[in-house]
Amino acid sequence: MCLSIPAEILSINNSMAEVSVGGTRYNANIELVENVNIGDFILIHSGYGIAKIDEAEAIDTLNLMQEIKKKELRS
Amino acid sequence: MEVCGGHTMCIHKFGIPSLLPKTIKLLSGPGCPVCVTSRYFIDDAVECSRTDGVILTTLGDLIRVPGTETSLYREKSAGRDIRIVYSVLEAIQIAKDNKDKKIVFPGIGFETTAPLSAAAILQAKKEGLSNFYILSAHKVMPPVMKALITEGVKIDGYICPGHVSVITGTNIYKSIVEDFGLACVVSGFEPLDILQSIFMLVNQIEKGQPALENQYSRAVKTEGNKKAQEIMYKVFEPADDWWRGMGTIPMSGLSLRKEFKSFDARQIFKPVKRTESEKEKGCICGNILKGLKTPADCSLFNTICTPIDPVGACMVSGEGSCATWYRYAREAI
Repeated sequence: MCLSIPAEILSINNSMAEVSVGGTRYNANIELVENVNIGDFILIHSGYGIAKIDEAEAIDTLNLMQEIKKKELRS
Repeated sequence: MEVCGGHTMCIHKFGIPSLLPKTIKLLSGPGCPVCVTSRYFIDDAVECSRTDGVILTTLGDLIRVPGTETSLYREKSAGRDIRIVYSVLEAIQIAKDNKDKKIVFPGIGFETTAPLSAAAILQAKKEGLSNFYILSAHKVMPPVMKALITEGVKIDGYICPGHVSVITGTNIYKSIVEDFGLACVVSGFEPLDILQSIFMLVNQIEKGQPALENQYSRAVKTEGNKKAQEIMYKVFEPADDWWRGMGTIPMSGLSLRKEFKSFDARQIFKPVKRTESEKEKGCICGNILKGLKTPADCSLFNTICTPIDPVGACMVSGEGSCATWYRYAREAI
């Protein structure tokens, strides 16, 4: 029920945005998220954007995951 | 214990329990809204759909959930105008396109979903839509998380729900750490997110220093989504609510505020007054939702209770414990 997926904002028209979810285009309401621009990634839940994904934090997490994978390969 | 159906799915889909040492046991808690909601809510939705001039719009999660005698799926087969929508926004559009009908949207879910119902009501009000209604059974997480501990369920830490926290922020779990001494980590939904969260919980527990940590920092901020919180509490107010397995928990639900009662679907049909009961043909969903039992303990599991012919709500919802175990772990039982 609380499933939310990341999507990239392609264009914005007032409270609606066209977003790409892994290449699939979809119209989402973005009135609940503030300070979002084209190119930002947001979490979409049931047709609404609910959060802007923090790029720096996402990169940190990805790096950490890569580190874990490298450790797995070494062990 | 995880208290989000999305986490339950991920944990079993990726076989995380099989990767853990025997000293770590993962329990699923009351994190699936479909599972914890009363079957009488389905009866109410059915009653709505049987009312003249009503179009019932629902998220797919609810369509097959059994009520006392029937489900929305069966009612749709019987000719009721029941439409599956992906978002409450579609329900609003249906209301605009069908001014001579009453459009009802059953709103269930926790803090992630409740702001969307609230936003839809505010939009309907702004646009002067007088034929849009919400049948609300929205709930909030912290009271049930505390109630489980008070009731004596033995857990050492919570994997806190990531997308609830996106809205609420992390501080809603502070009192669980401070008053109950439980470790809390807000987690993302990738398998490595969950493994990292378990690692963080284990570290806290081994050090004897329970704390509130945020593993899902790319999406969850300490303060949460303030705009969504504001909208949610503009439209709803806390109220006592009933949870499968737990009974009535004070201030664990969300009720429409007085000024928005004109959007309450309960005014367009007559709900039958009932006393909540959990006696459902030997089903142990209630204890499974409390983490006291697992699907492996249920004699109905994978015998007479399957996703095709479910007995309890935990087998109906795709993210219910029983459905998840059936899909990913039934051969290991």
